[in-house]
Amino acid sequence: MLSCKEATRLMSEAQDRKLGLGEKMNLEMHLAMCTGCRHFKSQINFLREACRRYVDESRQHKD
Amino acid sequence: MAQCAASLFDPQQIEEIRRDLLKFASLQLRDHALAEDVVQEALAAALTSARDFAGRSALKTWVFAILKNKIVDQIRLQARTTNISALSTDEESMDQTFDSLFKANAHWHPDHRPAGWGDPEESLRQQRFWEVFDVCLNHLPENTARVFMMREFLEFETPEVCTQLGITTSNCNVILHRARNGLRRCLEKSWFASGERPC
Repeated sequence: MLSCKEATRLMSEAQDRKLGLGEKMNLEMHLAMCTGCRHFKSQINFLREACRRYVDESRQHKD
Repeated sequence: MAQCAASLFDPQQIEEIRRDLLKFASLQLRDHALAEDVVQEALAAALTSARDFAGRSALKTWVFAILKNKIVDQIRLQARTTNISALSTDEESMDQTFDSLFKANAHWHPDHRPAGWGDPEESLRQQRFWEVFDVCLNHLPENTARVFMMREFLEFETPEVCTQLGITTSNCNVILHRARNGLRRCLEKSWFASGERPC
């Protein structure tokens, strides 16, 4: 059974590589039971979104 | 016939582009003078390339692409003289803080369990949010920030980041995890917790 700490590492790595089937299943199972980790996941997804937006703002001209 | 692109843009427009890009470059390089140099070079390269720009947005996109390459060159140079994976005291203290979020069994400590951020999309539309975001990014230790920005801002795939910076994949993963958690905590403290949003 995955600990929350391990789950955060997998969630971070999921942003950088495709997780293996086993990793993915373990993570999904953990997330189904853990609100804290579900929030962690949405938070780091939001971070990525914010970074993309940040770059777009720098790249594009705001009319 | 190719026309000098510079003549198509007024100095004030160029200055606006320069200012935006300077902010971007300073954040990545953490060295204002160096940032000024790369932005200047990128602008010069774009303006003398005699490309046909459809408008200011096109010019900015083009300069930005050149700038990205120049920033990567600089980061690569810096990586040669620094040990990116070496832990500074700042990084060590980030790791300690991270560990303190958990109980002995590695599950969230009730006081530190991540909370919901409501509708964070709404924040992206607020100028003040971006100021906090800047502060949080600047707050990351230098090497951590470098790896994170190559991944998220210059949009390199992780294996490329590792190769460019000469670090192992597992090291890269550790650094990115540290950066994400640090940013997450900083935003939580400085923005989401102090805002009007109930969790």
